[in-house]
Amino acid sequence: MVNQRFSTEQVWDFLSEIPDPEIPVITIIELGVVRDVALTEKKAIITITPTYTGCPAMKLFEDEIIKKLNNEGIDEVDIKMVYSPAWTTDWMSDEAKEKLRQYGIAPPVDGTADKGVLFEAGPRIVQCPRCRSNHTTLKSQFGSTACKALYTCDDCLEPFEYFKCI
Amino acid sequence: MDKKEALINYCLRLGDTSLILGQRMAEWCSNGPILEEDIAMTNLALDLIGQARTMLTYAGELEGNGRSEDDLAYGREEREYYNTLLSERPNGHFGETISRNFLHDAYLYHLYAALKNSKDEMIAAHAAKSLKEVTYHLRHSSEWMVRLGDGTEESHNKVQQAINDLWEYTGDLFEMNEVDNLLINEGIAVDMNTVKQAWDNTVNEVLTRAAIQRPEDAYMHSGRLNAVHSEYLGHIIAEMQFLHRAYPDATW
Repeated sequence: MVNQRFSTEQVWDFLSEIPDPEIPVITIIELGVVRDVALTEKKAIITITPTYTGCPAMKLFEDEIIKKLNNEGIDEVDIKMVYSPAWTTDWMSDEAKEKLRQYGIAPPVDGTADKGVLFEAGPRIVQCPRCRSNHTTLKSQFGSTACKALYTCDDCLEPFEYFKCI
Repeated sequence: MDKKEALINYCLRLGDTSLILGQRMAEWCSNGPILEEDIAMTNLALDLIGQARTMLTYAGELEGNGRSEDDLAYGREEREYYNTLLSERPNGHFGETISRNFLHDAYLYHLYAALKNSKDEMIAAHAAKSLKEVTYHLRHSSEWMVRLGDGTEESHNKVQQAINDLWEYTGDLFEMNEVDNLLINEGIAVDMNTVKQAWDNTVNEVLTRAAIQRPEDAYMHSGRLNAVHSEYLGHIIAEMQFLHRAYPDATW
C-alpha cells in the first residue's frame, strides 16, 4: 500500500532531490513545476505543469520523477499534466533565485510577467550576475532555452543569461 | 453540427495554426541572418509547436477515437488542415518573415487574450499559458518592424512591400462560420470582430512607429474555415510528414 508506506511529505522530499535537467543548481520543486502529490493504495500521482508549452525538458522531468520514485520503492507513478494556473517565475523562491545568480544566470527581476506588451514595457534593469553591475544590455529576448534571454554586461563585458519573467 | 464537433474543429484551427507557423519558423534553423536571431526564431518555433501539441492532444481526446497529437499532425491531408492562410506564407527574406509574424503575432495575442475567459476550461488554460509566450513573440516582431521599417531606405522598402503583399491574407484571420456562432453562444469561442478591433489598434500603432503605410483593404483571400489552402501548405506538410509516413512506427 503506497499510501501507508509513504506520506506525501516524504514524496515531496524525494522530489526535492531532483535537479532541473538544464539548470542543475535548482531542483524541480524550487522551479515550481510540481503542483501536487497524491498517494493511493497502488500508486503515486504527481501533478506537474510545463514552464513553457514547448519546453523539451518536460519529458525529462517526467522521466526523472518516475525514476526517482521507483528507486525509493514506489513502483507505479502516474504523471498528470495541468495547464492552469499557468506557470510563473513568481513561484520561484528567493533562495532559488540566489542559487541561479551564483550559477551565473541573472534571476527574474521583480514580480510577475513583464508589464506592458510593446514599447511601453521599457527597459528593465537586469543586474550582471558576475560583477553586479546595473549597466547591462539586452542582446536578444531568446536564449539557449525558452526561459532565458541574452544579455551582456557593459562593465565587466561578460555575456550572461537572464531567466526572464513570465 | 453539434457542440462537440464544433469544439474539435475550433481546437484544430488553433492547433494547426500554431503547428504550421511553428514549422515555418523551424525552417529558419541554421539559416538566421545572425546567431541571436537564429536562436530567437527556433525558440519561437518551439513555443508554437508546444502550443500546437496541447490543442491537438485535446482535439484527439474530444474526438474519442484514440487519435494522438502525432496522428493528427502527421496523419492528416492538406484539406483537413484548418490553419490560417497567413501562417503558411513562405518565409522569404528576413523582413518578410518578420512582417508575416508581426501580423500573426498580433492576431494570436488578441485571440488568446480573449480566449483566456473561455468557458471551456482547457481552452481558457491554454490561452492564458500561450498568451505569456506570444507576448514575447509580439514584442520581438514589433521591435524588428520598427527597426527595419524605420531603418534604411532598402529595409523600409522591403518591409513595406512585404506588408503590402501579405495584406490580402489578413481577412481570412477573422472570418467566422457556424462553428464560431455555436461556440460563441456557449461562451467558449470569441467574436472575431472584437479581436479584429484590438488587432487593428496594435497593427496601426506599430506600423506608424515603423513608418510603414497600412495598405487599403482590397481583395481578401479566404479558405481557413473550409480547409482550402494556398499551394504552399501541401509542400510544408509533405516535408513535415515525410519521416512519419516513411517510418510509421518510428519513436524518439
